[in-house]
Amino acid sequence: MLGRFFERHPFWSVVIALIAALLLWAIFAPWSAGVEEVLGRKRIFLNALFSGITLGALYFLVASGFTLIFGLMRNVNLAHGSLYLIGGYLGFEVSEATGWWLIAFPVVFVVVAAIGIVLQWAVFRRMEGEELRQTLVTIGLSIVLADIMLWIWGGQSYTVLTPDWLAGPAELPFITGVDRQGEYTYLRFPLVRIAILVAAIVLGIAMWLTLNRTRIGMIIRAGVDDREMLAASGVRIQVVFVGVFAFGAGLAGIAGIVGGTFQSLSPGEDIRFLLASLVVVIVGGMGSIPGAALGAVIIGLAEQLGSVYAPTYSVVLTFLIMALVLAFRPQGLFGRSR
Amino acid sequence: MAVLDARRTPQPTAAERIPARYWVAGALLLLMPGIANDFFLYQVFGWAFILGTIALSLQFLAGYGGMVSLLQMSVAALAGYVVAILGTSGTASISLGWPWWVVVPIALVVACIFATVVGALAVRTEGIYTIMITLAIAAAFFYFTRQNYTIFNGYSGFPGVLPPTVFGIDWRRPVPFYYLTLGVAVVCYLVVVYVARAPFGLALQGVRDNPRRMAALGFNVFWHRVLAHSFAAVIAGLGGILLVWQNGQVAPGTAGLPAVFDILVVAIVGGLRHPVGPFIGALIYVLLRAFAPDVLQAFGMSGERFKTVVGLGFLAVVWWSPDGVLGLWDRWRALRAEGRDRLTGRVRR
Repeated sequence: MLGRFFERHPFWSVVIALIAALLLWAIFAPWSAGVEEVLGRKRIFLNALFSGITLGALYFLVASGFTLIFGLMRNVNLAHGSLYLIGGYLGFEVSEATGWWLIAFPVVFVVVAAIGIVLQWAVFRRMEGEELRQTLVTIGLSIVLADIMLWIWGGQSYTVLTPDWLAGPAELPFITGVDRQGEYTYLRFPLVRIAILVAAIVLGIAMWLTLNRTRIGMIIRAGVDDREMLAASGVRIQVVFVGVFAFGAGLAGIAGIVGGTFQSLSPGEDIRFLLASLVVVIVGGMGSIPGAALGAVIIGLAEQLGSVYAPTYSVVLTFLIMALVLAFRPQGLFGRSR
Repeated sequence: MAVLDARRTPQPTAAERIPARYWVAGALLLLMPGIANDFFLYQVFGWAFILGTIALSLQFLAGYGGMVSLLQMSVAALAGYVVAILGTSGTASISLGWPWWVVVPIALVVACIFATVVGALAVRTEGIYTIMITLAIAAAFFYFTRQNYTIFNGYSGFPGVLPPTVFGIDWRRPVPFYYLTLGVAVVCYLVVVYVARAPFGLALQGVRDNPRRMAALGFNVFWHRVLAHSFAAVIAGLGGILLVWQNGQVAPGTAGLPAVFDILVVAIVGGLRHPVGPFIGALIYVLLRAFAPDVLQAFGMSGERFKTVVGLGFLAVVWWSPDGVLGLWDRWRALRAEGRDRLTGRVRR
């Protein structure tokens, strides 16, 4: 595949290779004083880079459920951000009550997936194909859910406590600079973020394998392509729909715990993550898991690097990326043209 | 049958052709300052006309153009911001203090240009994608105004943006402000009714129903859609300027996502089929907003939960009557017409 890409787009391959080489150099090589004068401290750059990638991992967790649900069922679930926030609050309660961070994950996954099942069974099944109505109903639901959450948990912000074995920084083999003794100093980065990044990558690969290598994945991919034919060939499509919806909702709930651990939970976060998943999915392409991954990393990097190097315009940078993608590739980077 | 009748009877004059309910509504609205107190004139009717005007621009786009754009509140807020930046406000370090008759047209032009550019992006997509993209752009606008301090004065925005005193009348007082908002609302309503029947509006409705056929007939689908955004921006901008004058301030929250959704709720609850829908929706919304806390407290609940009530009401409308209150009205008329003979129109005894 790589060779064919090079044959077809020799110019772009060279450009991409050059950018990749430059990035690798920027990450691994110690920066000289002249470079630091132009670009700022290397530690700041590396921190922003890694924060961007971990933020991208969080966005990927939220957006992959969104894109899966949209790709298979054409359901527009604008209450996805509310599911994220519900998951976060529930995870906070569970981990506070039991003192176990890890147990919050299965509990929240099951509970939020159950909410997702109710949503799919009671709401979306009744208005299949009526996209505008689905949008409106889910907007109404998100308004009501946001107000009820404000009622229960109030306006203050919560942080899910990081467990001891994940607390503190870890030293990564990336050189940030040279100290007075002439020895290299290495990047220190919160361990919990690394764990989340690894978990998101594992999850992403597992989803890709499930979609591309198993029977369930085959059914889902067939459903994305042609729902009617799949239903006609004897697959109980409503069950598949409910399953996928539950999985996507559960992912959003888990992402809520993750977001609550390394950021915070407060009213308004639901909208923020709905927006993030919208932008990620628009950039990456609707219904594509690799697209969601790429879009999430791009948007996460744009936000973090933007907030370091151009604080006022980081939002505009995100928006600009979306506008550029829309202008030149309306179906998204990995989307199929409709 | 109706055609034959019309030929036999003499043509009614223009005034006679307007249905009686329009005369009643018009007279009631004109005489309202004699009946209602200042709170109703300023907070209820003034706000309802403003919200209705902004929602009217959405009705035009969605009802006639088939494009549900969540950008209208941002466009309105942008016009309000321009008025605050170029005109006078409490933030003297940024505001330029130009007179209102310079500022208002510039604000409308800026809103129009913004909507045209963003509309050109949004119309590259269809249906649900339009909603998502306009939602994303609206949110970006909100965050941008909140972060930018050089132009938009960030978090605090611009307090003290007041309507001008023209012809010796202070337009901020309840009765003049009522007539100002009423006048703008009526003019926008009539313009939308006119444009919907003008060649441009008819072509737009054709584009909504079948873009391929319209393209085959030689209409430029892309530009019809983009120009619809530009036209709607002028209406939204007018509403936005009035909104800023009514609140006396403009801040990022003016175009925050709750406000963006409010406009959608207003337009949908009223009904997208006719320009009168947004105003009905706005009146319902404003009344709910004004009195739901009292009603909730009467039932022993916290008055802060009115958003749940509004949300549930919106859900109920969307669930049972997707075309809003206007749809209910049409269905009621259809139900009443069942009593008539479908062929002759006579009432069955």
